[in-house]
Amino acid sequence: MFDVRPVEIDYVQHRAQQFRDQVARRLDGSLTEEEFRPLRLMNGVYLQLHAYMLRVAVPYGTINPDQMRTLALLAQKWDKGYGHWTTRQNIQYNWPKLVDIPDMLDELAKVGMHAIQTSGNTIRNVTTDAFAGAAFDETADPRPYAELLRSWSTDHAEFQFLPRKFKIAISGGKKDRAVIAAHDIGLRLKEQDGKTGFEVWIGGGLGRTPLLGQVVRDFLPEEDLLPYVEAIIATYNLAGRRDNKYKARIKITVMERGLDVMRAEIEEEFLARRRDFHGADREALAIFKDRFHAPAFRNAATDGFEAERQANPAFRSWTDTNLHQHRIEGYASVIVTFKAPGQTPGDASAEQMRLIADLAERYGHSDIRIMHDQNVALPHVHKSDLPALYAELKAAGLATANAGLTSDIIACPGMDYCALATARSIPIAEEIADHFRSVGLEEEIGNLNIRISGCINACGHHHLGHIGILGLDRAGIENYQITLGGDAYDIPAIGQRAGAGFPAEEVVPAIDRLLRAYLEVREDESERFIDAYRRLGQAPFKAALYPETADA
Amino acid sequence: MSKAFTPTANKPGVITANDLREGFNVWMCDDGWTPDPRKATLYEDEAIAELAMLQAIGQADRVVGPYIVEAKRGPDGPEPVHFREAFRQRGPSNYFHGIQAEQQAEASNV
Repeated sequence: MFDVRPVEIDYVQHRAQQFRDQVARRLDGSLTEEEFRPLRLMNGVYLQLHAYMLRVAVPYGTINPDQMRTLALLAQKWDKGYGHWTTRQNIQYNWPKLVDIPDMLDELAKVGMHAIQTSGNTIRNVTTDAFAGAAFDETADPRPYAELLRSWSTDHAEFQFLPRKFKIAISGGKKDRAVIAAHDIGLRLKEQDGKTGFEVWIGGGLGRTPLLGQVVRDFLPEEDLLPYVEAIIATYNLAGRRDNKYKARIKITVMERGLDVMRAEIEEEFLARRRDFHGADREALAIFKDRFHAPAFRNAATDGFEAERQANPAFRSWTDTNLHQHRIEGYASVIVTFKAPGQTPGDASAEQMRLIADLAERYGHSDIRIMHDQNVALPHVHKSDLPALYAELKAAGLATANAGLTSDIIACPGMDYCALATARSIPIAEEIADHFRSVGLEEEIGNLNIRISGCINACGHHHLGHIGILGLDRAGIENYQITLGGDAYDIPAIGQRAGAGFPAEEVVPAIDRLLRAYLEVREDESERFIDAYRRLGQAPFKAALYPETADA
Repeated sequence: MSKAFTPTANKPGVITANDLREGFNVWMCDDGWTPDPRKATLYEDEAIAELAMLQAIGQADRVVGPYIVEAKRGPDGPEPVHFREAFRQRGPSNYFHGIQAEQQAEASNV
């Protein structure tokens, strides 16, 4: 069943007030920690290595300038001046005090934001392509569907205690930029016989058992989205294992029971559930489609952009790497990477957040996206504004020309912050980025996705990195395992472990050998690392990683 | 993690947790809880440690998530054995935040 919530602000304010009461009852002893823990997790509050952590939802990574300023205010007033973009397009704060979190939630509620379902065994933030509504290759804008899913899944009574957390991604481009194959449910917009609908994937996920999803339905008409997704999750809710948390994700349910059994049950459930929707979902979708109408694009000359590209090599280099092709002539989507030299991947200061908000208003039709690779996009910028935008970003240290390059590393917080981590991620990411910048190979290497996780839960998506790095604890020493050949985008693939792990100080030399070997064996500059790996297999790269074994 | 650790004279341990209201790391000491790991009580006896652990659990109005973890005797007080505890006692490596910053602030106030 489904209702459109009329006033979201009232609802999130109500939830913030509820949490304030819960915190008060925990502090006065009315609630034990065991009772309080699930309540705080439902509101995105974790206890981490040094402090509490608050994870705030950014639904499908879409955020407006006022909301961004609120995120900046939280960072400045109640944290240590910064926040961290996550791979679910959310933001997390590493140092909030429990006693301050109710005030933080109140502040978020003023701009319609919250931390609901950013933790716990519920449906988590629905993610999508950061260039939704802007990409040149888009079949349809995924955001109205993402909003429909968000609205439906928020506080969905049936799905508050699933066997395990549940992640949905939706992709609208010909190229999948939402990593749908690595999600519990992946939805890919497609056209068939003049109708819009979805290819539906289930059973993907990373963590200790990395699996790519499988297509459970080739074509689902768009009007059936909610009843079908509800049928999948209802089937999983009953069939998913609750005896072992490591076997509780839907990927294991699909693997153990087989896709055909799951499909039959889902289809049966779908027919029963579809009758209960009575069209409210279709009405809501129509409202959301209207809400996500395109901004008033303007038509202007782009001569200044071309002239600046000729005159300023640094600007040209930035436009070569950090722009994404827009569907409207004269426009581009801009990637602002949070991977500058010395910067922790995905960390944004309050000042940087405010600047992004200002720039989005001035040059970007007030639209901002948090990207799953821990960067930020301004999806709609007219090319004539790019020189001015670039100058302002550069002055703030936010114009690093490295989107999609070696130093554009995804890294989880690792053991610098996370209570679950087995090793640190951030220093490894910083060392690799520094090394390849200092030896000047980054541009020559070209597109490369390095991804680092500090434990097997794989928040840093290491399995999907062309080069993946997994930090482990080996007899009380940090040790890093390298996987090769993963891909999140063109041909989704889980990276394969190359061999024995490396101590921290040997990781950079190992990656250096690996990438120099790649430069030796590639056919030409257009053959990326992942392409060369696919053509040649693991052998030459393994030999570079483990020269002593190769010589023996 | 090593939450089931049992201290002995050869492998002593400390009890650590987080402050309930603010979240910072604390260690059990002779007169309550301290944010300074060097002031922690070092337990070398299983029975005494178990009793202290019960007391820690009983102080759920002050701390959250208490556990016993291995530590070693150092010149200025207990020192961490595992790198995870070393990070907890210092703070993150990417910013000068956490206990390392608190200790420096305290030292400059002396």
